[in-house]
Amino acid sequence: MSAIVGTKSSLTWAVHLSLVAMVVLWLFPTVGLLVSSFRTTDQISTSGWWNSLSSSEQNLTLRTDAPDTQIEKDGLFIIEGNLFGEASDADISVWGTSSRSIDDYTPGDVAELKNGTTVTVAANGDYLMQSEVPMDGRRGQRVFVTAQTPPEFTLDNYRNVLLDKNNRQGMTKAFFNTLTVTIPATVIPVLVAAFAAYALAWMDFPGRALLVAAVVGLLVVPLQLALIPLLKLHNEIGIGKGYLGAWLAHTGFGLPLAIYLLRNYMVGLPRDIIENAKVDGATDFQIFVKIILPLSFPALASFAIFQFLWTWNDLLVALVFLIDSSGETTVMTKQIVELLGTRGGNWEILATSAFVSIAVPLGVFFAMQRYLVRGLLAGSVK
Amino acid sequence: MTNLTLTNVEKTYPGNINVLNNINLDIKTGELIVFVGPSGCGKSTLLRMIAGLETITDGEFTIDGARMNEMPPAQRGVAMVFQSYALYPHMTVRDNMAFALKIAKKSQADIDAAIDKVADKLQLTEYLDRLPKALSGGQRQRVAIGRSIVRDPKVYLFDEPLSNLDAALRVATRIEIAQLKESMPQSTMVYVTHDQVEAMTLATRIVVLANKGIAQVGSPLELYETPENEFVAQFIGSPAMNLLPGKIVDTGDTTRISVTNGGGVINSSVATREDMKGAAVNVGIRPEHMVPETSENYAFESTVEISEALGEVTQLYFERQDADSSPVIAKLQGIHRNVRNKSMRMSADPSKIHLFADGKSLHYQ
Amino acid sequence: MHPAFQAILTIIIGVGGCVGYFYFSNQFLDKVVFPSRGPNAGRNITRANMVRPWLFLFPALAALSIYLAYPVVETLRLSLTERLPGNRSQFVGFANYQQMLSEAKFKEALLNNLLWLVVVPAFSTAFGLLAAQLSDRVRWGNIAKSLIFMPMAISFVGAAVIWKLVYDTRPIDQEQIGALNALYLFFGGDAPVTWMTQIPWNSFLLMAVLVWIQTGFAMVILSAALRGIPEETIEAAIVDGANPFQVFFKIKVPQIMSTIVVVWTTITIVVLKVFDIVFAMTNGQWETQVLANYMYDKLFRANDWGVGSASAMVIMLLVSPILIWNVYNARKEMQ
Ligand SMILES: Nc1ncnc2c1ncn2[C@@H]1O[C@H](COP(=O)(O)OP(=O)(O)OP(=O)(O)O)[C@@H](O)[C@H]1O
Ligand SMILES: [Mg+2]
Repeated sequence: MSAIVGTKSSLTWAVHLSLVAMVVLWLFPTVGLLVSSFRTTDQISTSGWWNSLSSSEQNLTLRTDAPDTQIEKDGLFIIEGNLFGEASDADISVWGTSSRSIDDYTPGDVAELKNGTTVTVAANGDYLMQSEVPMDGRRGQRVFVTAQTPPEFTLDNYRNVLLDKNNRQGMTKAFFNTLTVTIPATVIPVLVAAFAAYALAWMDFPGRALLVAAVVGLLVVPLQLALIPLLKLHNEIGIGKGYLGAWLAHTGFGLPLAIYLLRNYMVGLPRDIIENAKVDGATDFQIFVKIILPLSFPALASFAIFQFLWTWNDLLVALVFLIDSSGETTVMTKQIVELLGTRGGNWEILATSAFVSIAVPLGVFFAMQRYLVRGLLAGSVK
Repeated sequence: MTNLTLTNVEKTYPGNINVLNNINLDIKTGELIVFVGPSGCGKSTLLRMIAGLETITDGEFTIDGARMNEMPPAQRGVAMVFQSYALYPHMTVRDNMAFALKIAKKSQADIDAAIDKVADKLQLTEYLDRLPKALSGGQRQRVAIGRSIVRDPKVYLFDEPLSNLDAALRVATRIEIAQLKESMPQSTMVYVTHDQVEAMTLATRIVVLANKGIAQVGSPLELYETPENEFVAQFIGSPAMNLLPGKIVDTGDTTRISVTNGGGVINSSVATREDMKGAAVNVGIRPEHMVPETSENYAFESTVEISEALGEVTQLYFERQDADSSPVIAKLQGIHRNVRNKSMRMSADPSKIHLFADGKSLHYQ
Repeated sequence: MHPAFQAILTIIIGVGGCVGYFYFSNQFLDKVVFPSRGPNAGRNITRANMVRPWLFLFPALAALSIYLAYPVVETLRLSLTERLPGNRSQFVGFANYQQMLSEAKFKEALLNNLLWLVVVPAFSTAFGLLAAQLSDRVRWGNIAKSLIFMPMAISFVGAAVIWKLVYDTRPIDQEQIGALNALYLFFGGDAPVTWMTQIPWNSFLLMAVLVWIQTGFAMVILSAALRGIPEETIEAAIVDGANPFQVFFKIKVPQIMSTIVVVWTTITIVVLKVFDIVFAMTNGQWETQVLANYMYDKLFRANDWGVGSASAMVIMLLVSPILIWNVYNARKEMQ
C-alpha cells in the first residue's frame, strides 16, 4: 500500500495520531493502577496519579522529630533535622504550624510556638527548633508545608501486601491458592483434550462426526447453568468444596474449547506422516506421544495459555466450587473483591493487590502473545 | 523369499464408492513392480491396501502365503516411501531413521550400526544431525528412502517418490533407485508412478490399472510391443499410438487391411483367421514407427496440418477427418523441411502394425 | 503443610493420574484384553483398534457430559421444581418462571442484558476494526496492537479495580483522584459526580470496562482477516479512483463480513456470561443488575434454586441460536 504513488501524507499523520490516542486511552487505566500501587496513602488520596509523574505542588503534614531527641547546646534545647526525613529535593513554598493557617510563613521565617519555642524551616525541609527550657511531649511538632516535590515512589505497598508477617491482606496465601487451582486446572484439560482431539481427528469410529458437532455445541453453553447441579453433585459424592472440585469444574468448562482447538490443529497435520509412523510399527499411543504431541505444540501452548488466564482470573468457579466458609482456600480475585468491599477507599492496598494478581497473567501474555494470537485465530476464523 | 499375492481383491470406500475390482496379481521375490494408470484409477489405493493403511473390502492378500488382510501395517514387514516424504519434522535425520527400530526395541548398538551403514550408502552421513527442514528436496528424498532401508523390510512400497523433485534431480534419483534395487536383489518393491520413463526403466513388470481393474501386466517391452488392448497401447508410449479405423481385406499369417480414412491398404504381421475377413478393426501404429511412403502400399494419405521440428525428430500432425477425432501423429527421424500443407503417404513396417477388434489386440487371439 | 508444597503435591497427583490412565489403559488393552500375539493376533488387533478411540475419548466425554451436558438437563429440571425441606423437591410447572417474570429486578436485569448485548459487541467490534485498520498501516503497529490487546490478560476483577479508580469520586473540596471526575471538572463540570450511582450512565460505564477488554480480541481477529484480503481487490479499487474511506467501507469491510459476524457472536457469548464486573463494581445496585449476577443472587444469597435455575435457563435460551448456528456450520464443514 505504502508504495502507491501520491498517497496523502496528511492522512498518514491522522492515522498515527488516532492510533496514538487509542493506545493511550487503552493503556491509561492500567498505568493508573500501576502507578498508584507505588504511591503512599497520602499521595494517592491527595492527588490524581497523573500528577505524580511530574513534580507537583502538594500540601503535606509533616512532623519534626520527637522531643526525646533534643540536645542541649549553648544553653538552648535544640531539635534539628529535615521534615522529609532525609535531605530531599522538595521545594517548600509556604508553611505553617496550624492546620487552619498552613501558609503563614515562607521558608526562613521563624515561627513562635507555645512556651517560647521557635521553629524555622528552610526551603529544602531542614528545620531548627529551639527552646530555652526542655521541650516535652511524646510526639514532634506538626508542620504544614506546601511543597513542590519531585516524583516519588515507594515499594512499601508491595512489602505490606506480600511480605507482611501478619499477612493482613491474605494475598500471599491467596497467591499460592490461585497457583494450586491454576496449574492442574490447566494441565489436566490440555492432556485430556489432546487425547480426545487425536481420536476425533485421526481415528476412525462410528459417531465421530456427531461428537465433533456436540463439542461445538457445548462450546457456548454458559457455565452458569452448571453451578447448582454440580454443587449438588459434588456434595453428594463427597467432594464438597475444595481444590478437587475446582479442578474438575475448570477441566469440564475448558474442555470444549480445548478439544475444538486441538482437533482443528491436528486435522491439519500431514496424513502421510501419521501413516508412515503406522507403517513404521508405531501404535496409536506411540504415534500420539511421539508424533502428534510434539507437532501440536503451538496449539497446546495456545490453549494452555487461554486456560491459564481463565483459571487464574476466574472468580465465579472459585466462589461456587472452591471457597468454603473457612476461607482457607481463598483465591486472589475473591480477595480483591473482598478488599473492594471492606477497604474501598484504601487505594494503596487495593491497587497493589490487584497488581499482584494481574502481574502474572500480564507476564504470560507478553511472553507468549504469539501463541495466544495463533490460538484465537484457529478458534474463530473458519 | 517374499511373495505377494492378491486374489480377487476389491476396494469400496464408505459411501459405496467402488474403486477397484477383481484384482489378481502375483508378485515374486526380487521383483520391482510398477503401477501405472490414469490419475484416480486407484494406484495409491492398491498400494495402501498392500501397506495395510486401507482395509481390503473383499478378496485376499497374502505375503509368503500368510493372509494379511487383518494385519496392521507394522506386522506386515513393509516399508513405505511417500510422495511428500513424510519425514518427522521434529526429529533429526538420525532420529527419523531410528524411529521404527526404536519402536521395534532394537538395541542402540544395532540401531547405530544400521543407520551408519545406510547413511554411508546414500551419502547422508554429514546430514544425520540436521532437521528435515534444513535439507534440500533431493536430500529429503534420500532420507525417506534411507529410513525405509534401515528397517530391512521384506517389501518396499513407493508412492510417486520422485514427483516432488525437479527434472534433473528426478533423473539422478531414478538412477540411484535402480542401483539400489540392483544392490538388494532379494528385496521386493512396489512402485507407483505417473512417469513413463520411470516405469519403463525401473520395472521388472508393469501393472497398468484402468477402469477399476488391471488392464495388463507385463515387462515394459511386452507392454510396448504387444499391448493387450487399445487402452494399454495408447497409455504406454508418447505420443500415444495412432488408431486408424479399417477393415480386414485379407487374412492369414499376414493380414491385409484397408484403412477407412486416407484410402490406403497395408499389411500387418498379426495373423488372423479366415472368418475375420471383412471385420472392422483399428489399425494401431506408433508415431515413431510411421515412415513416408511412395509406393502403393501405404496406410493413408493425408495433408500435414502442423509440423513441429524438434531437431532430433520432426512431429507431423495430419489433417483430422472429423472434428472430434484426434489428429494422426507421425514422428520422423531427423529434419524434414517444407512439409506443411503437403499431402503425404504414410506407412509402417508390417511387424510394427497392431490390430485391435473391440478394443482387444488380435495378437492374442 | 506449606501451601506451595501442597500445590506441588496435588499437581503431581492430578497430572500423574491423568497420564497414568492413558498409559496403563492402552497397555491393558494391548497386552491383556486383546493381545497382539498368538493365533488371533490379526483379529485381536482389529478389535483393539475399535476400542481404542473410546479409551482416548473416555475422560473427555465423561467430563463433558457430567460438567456441561448433564447440568443443562438438571437445571431445566430444577427450574420446574421447588425445593422442600429435607432434600425433597416438588414439581411446580412454570411457577418459578412466573415468579421471576413478575420481579422488577429480573426485568431490570433482562433489559440491562439486552442493552449490554447491543452496546458491548458493537463498540468492541467497531473499535477493534478501527485499531486493526490503523495498526496495519504504521510501522509500530505491532506494539500498538500488543498494548490494546493487553487487557485481555487482565481478570474482570482486576479490570473492575482498575476502572473503579478511574470512576472514583472525592468530596468537592478535595482534589479528584479519579480520572473521569478530574476530566469532568476540567471541562467545566461544577461538582464531582458519584458515577456508579448515576442511572443510567452507570450501566454504560460498566459496559465500557468490557469493551475495553474485548476490543483487543476483536482487533486481533479482524486484523488477520484484513490482511487476508487479496491485495489486488484493493489495488483495483484504488485504480478505479476510490478514496481510502471508500476502500475501507466498500471493499474491505464487505470482504471480512463473515469474520465480523464471528467476532460479534463470540463477544455476545462473553456478554451473556458477564458476572464478575458487575459483581465487583456495583453488585447490581443502582439498576445495573444483569442476568448472570441476578442468578448468582438468587442461587447463593436468596438460596432460591428454582428461580435461580429459571434465570439460568433464560441465559441458555439466549445463547441457543448461536449454539444451533455453530453446530449447523460445523456439520456442514465435516461433510
Ligand atoms: N477416502 C476415500 N473415500 C472415497 N473415495 C476415495 C477415498 N480415497 C480415494 N478415493 C477415490 O478412489 C479413487 C482412487 O484414488 P487413488 O488415490 O488410489 O488414485 P491414484 O491412482 O493414486 O491417483 P493419482 O495418480 O492422482 O495419485 C479416486 O477416484 C478417489 O477419488
Ligand atoms: Mg496416488
